[in-house]
Amino acid sequence: MGTRTIAGVTVQVNDEGFLTNPAEWNKSIAAEIAKEEGIATLSDAHWKVIDYCRGEANKLGGKSPTLRQITVGTGVQTKELFGLFPKGPAKKVARIAGLGKPEGCV
Amino acid sequence: MSPIEVIEPEHNRVKLAKDGRYLDYDFLVIATGARTHPEETPGLQEHEWHKSIYDFYTVEGALALQKHLRNWEGGRLVVNVVENPIKCPVAPLEFIMLADWFFHEQGIRDRVELIYATPLPGAFTKPIASKQLGHILDEKNIKVEPEFMVMEVNPDEKKIVSYDEREIEYDLLVTVPLNKGDEVIGRSGMDAGDGLNYVPVDKHTFLSPTYGNVFVLGDAAAVPTSKAGSVAHFAVDIFAENFVRHIDGLEMHHKFDGHANCFIESGFGKGLLIDFNYDVEPLPGRYPLPGVGPFKLLEESEMNHWGKMMFRWMYWNILLKGAELPLPAKMSMSGKWR
Ligand SMILES: Cc1cc2nc3c(=O)[nH]c(=O)nc-3n(C[C@H](O)[C@H](O)[C@H](O)COP(=O)(O)OP(=O)(O)OC[C@H]3O[C@@H](n4cnc5c(N)ncnc54)[C@H](O)[C@@H]3O)c2cc1C
Repeated sequence: MGTRTIAGVTVQVNDEGFLTNPAEWNKSIAAEIAKEEGIATLSDAHWKVIDYCRGEANKLGGKSPTLRQITVGTGVQTKELFGLFPKGPAKKVARIAGLGKPEGCV
Repeated sequence: MSPIEVIEPEHNRVKLAKDGRYLDYDFLVIATGARTHPEETPGLQEHEWHKSIYDFYTVEGALALQKHLRNWEGGRLVVNVVENPIKCPVAPLEFIMLADWFFHEQGIRDRVELIYATPLPGAFTKPIASKQLGHILDEKNIKVEPEFMVMEVNPDEKKIVSYDEREIEYDLLVTVPLNKGDEVIGRSGMDAGDGLNYVPVDKHTFLSPTYGNVFVLGDAAAVPTSKAGSVAHFAVDIFAENFVRHIDGLEMHHKFDGHANCFIESGFGKGLLIDFNYDVEPLPGRYPLPGVGPFKLLEESEMNHWGKMMFRWMYWNILLKGAELPLPAKMSMSGKWR
């Protein structure tokens, strides 16, 4: 746990660089983290997924939705999600959207 | 006896599948659980189903797998969780650790390769548990393939393929298929709209936010804790006290905290125990008596294994008879440390 400055804002992050307080997030932070994840610019398609995840997390008490919830909720196919957020979309979207890492119980 | 065909919460009634009869209700408690859906993954439940591909979340699957393992001469065994949430999220880990032990006992462990392919970032994902238990699979020579989202199974070439085009070959595939709530939930329009057929409820009281006389308990509820028998047990304790008040129009005083308590058999006569809730991740400590135990949290011990064995008796003779189990429904921080 610690803090770091992303896009000019100091936010709380965990050891793996996930924001720990979704309320500290903003769109510039998202763009900055996306770059770190190898996504140069966030397109409308990216935003559709990010916005959906933020909305769901709000309903799920801060928990990021699962891949299936994302595909059903946004209509974006799983294969496409892997195109937008290569190698592990669930984890990448969660990090860019300022949400917790997808976790098991232990 | 009949399954429920559809729930009509607007009309406070359910329709029976058998004879189409309606039953009216004042209050409805839904406890329809979750089950596996192998048909949702291409190639899984086809001609190799229960030949080289097995599940153990159904009685038929578990029995067929047991038979297969009796004469299996070794090779690569892959355990794959299709997608979360699944009921008893530790069961696949438990399975693979017990498999390691079993193959040792059979004297063929050196001829078996064990791989755990999970959609999660690792076998253990909570910070303290990963630190505490991260080594355990290494020591057992069980390989983990993290963030593996299976797209399809190729039953002829015996490999599983992920969405990011990784391939894992197997000789024996043990799958935990997609878990979903019962179809009656979706059919009745009571799901969360994510195709998983779980009912959204208040996570502290299990009351539906849409219908003031509908509660959902156990695996059927969309709440952010594990789908486990222990959770359902603790939840019912809280619910029962709340429900009698709710009937009388009184405020519900008790709030469920997401408490889960799970033994994890780790093989060689040892086991692990985890105790956690919505807010507190599994921590090391002693359970149920602070400082004394006899069970150790987040640590392997023989006593933990005996705990699980003892639980078999407790299940049939205490739980199923509805007798009181002297364990508090709410998680306690005493006896735990960080
Ligand atoms: C392999 C495995 C190992 C596990 N190990 C553990 C463990 O060690 N510890 C632990 O705590 N938990 C464990 N669990 C999880 C535990 O079994 C479940 O969490 C628990 O059974 C959930 O109880 P429930 O009453 O919500 O649902 P269920 O036990 O699934 O019961 C639901 C019932 O509803 C009925 N039903 C469904 N739809 C309808 C309908 N339309 N009309 C009428 N009836 C319907 C079903 O037939 C079923 O009888 C394990 C699960 C598995 C698969």
